[in-house]
Amino acid sequence: MPHVTYVAADGTRTTLDAAEGASVMETAVRNDVGGIIGECGGAMMCATCHCYVDDAWTARTGPRKDGEMDLLDCAASPVTDASRLSCQIRMTQDLDGLVVHLPEAQV
Amino acid sequence: MSGRVVIVGAGQAGLQVASSLRQDGFAGSITLIGDEPGLPYQRPPLSKAYMKDGDAARLALKPDSFFARADITYRPMTRVSAIDRLAAEVVLDGGERLGFDHLVLATGARTIRPPLDGLDLPGVHELRGLADARRLRDAMAQARRAVVIGGGFIGLEFASVARAAGLEVTVLEAADRLMGRSITGAMSARFLAAHVADGVDVRLGARALAILGTDRVEGVALDSGVVPADLVLVATGVRPNSELAEAAGLAVANGIVVDADLRTEDPRIFAIGDCANFPSGQERIRLESVQAATDHARHVARAIMGAPAAPYAALPWFWSDQGALKLQIAGLSTGADEIIAQSDEDGAVHSVFAFRDDRLIAVETVNRPGVHIAARKLLGAGVAVTPAALIAAGHDLKALLPPA
Ligand SMILES: Cc1cc2nc3c(=O)[nH]c(=O)nc-3n(C[C@H](O)[C@H](O)[C@H](O)COP(=O)(O)OP(=O)(O)OC[C@H]3O[C@@H](n4cnc5c(N)ncnc54)[C@H](O)[C@@H]3O)c2cc1C
Repeated sequence: MPHVTYVAADGTRTTLDAAEGASVMETAVRNDVGGIIGECGGAMMCATCHCYVDDAWTARTGPRKDGEMDLLDCAASPVTDASRLSCQIRMTQDLDGLVVHLPEAQV
Repeated sequence: MSGRVVIVGAGQAGLQVASSLRQDGFAGSITLIGDEPGLPYQRPPLSKAYMKDGDAARLALKPDSFFARADITYRPMTRVSAIDRLAAEVVLDGGERLGFDHLVLATGARTIRPPLDGLDLPGVHELRGLADARRLRDAMAQARRAVVIGGGFIGLEFASVARAAGLEVTVLEAADRLMGRSITGAMSARFLAAHVADGVDVRLGARALAILGTDRVEGVALDSGVVPADLVLVATGVRPNSELAEAAGLAVANGIVVDADLRTEDPRIFAIGDCANFPSGQERIRLESVQAATDHARHVARAIMGAPAAPYAALPWFWSDQGALKLQIAGLSTGADEIIAQSDEDGAVHSVFAFRDDRLIAVETVNRPGVHIAARKLLGAGVAVTPAALIAAGHDLKALLPPA
């Protein structure tokens, strides 16, 4: 199973096994990682699963999906080049070890 | 803030009140009571992703560990049978009583059972909860011909999934257009064309008269004859679960009647989500959406915390996935008196702007998330947009947004 590490705004690190194909948002919600809400369940209707992909990983997570930038416009915390909606990043072996940083606030 | 909060109904709204209260720093006790088994879950995927992949683990709104961590007493498979307002207690099935200082009714809604013969035949389904979805999904795997009674969101989402799974699918809609309670005619027409192109047999103005069969379902009778079926989904809408409130002497009219603070006439008792009938401008409405459930919940959490509350006024939004089309709606188009629609080169409508009294009230889009988000910002900010202004802006909502 690929691993993903969530780094909370206060620096706390949580590393989890992700089911192959599960999104970074789903994996966080399923394991009660605070700091990711995912209110719409991944339907691209909210921006409450905002994360910053660690610099070392941006090449592998690839470009934003269609419409993602528009939703990020509504995010509660500052948006940077590393900003993604974590519901749009699906875990694969290729992303084993992925590190994402979580914003201060999601709503 | 302390005190005892009891929440009846552990769906999208009930769970959100519990989690928002803790997030806002509520220090009292929270008891979340729901009559379904398992963890609280999201319903939208039941007719979408879950109907395709059957993965129930993805539906839970929170894991088990959340309840201990947030010190929320979650009682699944527990039904509240009465509210004793004099004693300020809820009565559970079996007689146990729980006292409350604040009571939140988040009892949701249930599928309407239209008065049709044959409704209880094996092979006839409804789709509201996970148990329904499991049964329907298993049945779909065996079935060849599905008939959906009701051309609303849930019926049409199921129709798309069933069609993609290779079933013959007929949708019966009594009205003259699809999703007529919720969307404009131009958007109904767009979806009708898409379902027909996918091979769904959509019949408008078609009233089901009876469900036929001896040992199990065999068809649905219409004025014009019988449509054969080995699976029938009844999806003609829902009715709010307001009996508990009514029996406690609270006002009920298409849902539990609440004020702009989402309180019933008893200031200790709130009602939220699908079961609540609340003021919206000059009217009263009841919504069935994740947006209403979660925005209501956050509002009530703040009210319980004693925050001076502005009247509840969140902008409604909604989505529906049908085949390759994602419909997104910002605002409510009810009462629209002017429509501006935009189409692709091939004539398929992709955006509908609805106006009332010269002011933009709702925007419906297909596969255009950017326009949807811009519409939410614009309508949420209360910016008045006239038809002339929209056209002058080249239909570009972003150009109409006030500078950030
Ligand atoms: C198949 C389907 C697809 C949907 N798709 C979308 C969509 O795409 N977008 C969208 O925005 N919305 C969608 N919705 C609507 C959305 O799911 C609801 O609006 C939302 O779930 C409402 O939340 P709620 O908490 O008010 O009610 P519910 O989620 O229905 O929860 C109420 C809970 O209370 C329980 N309950 C009732 N009475 C009692 C009692 N006396 N004691 C104990 N428990 C009780 C019920 O069993 C239920 O578990 C969909 C709904 C369905 C069914």
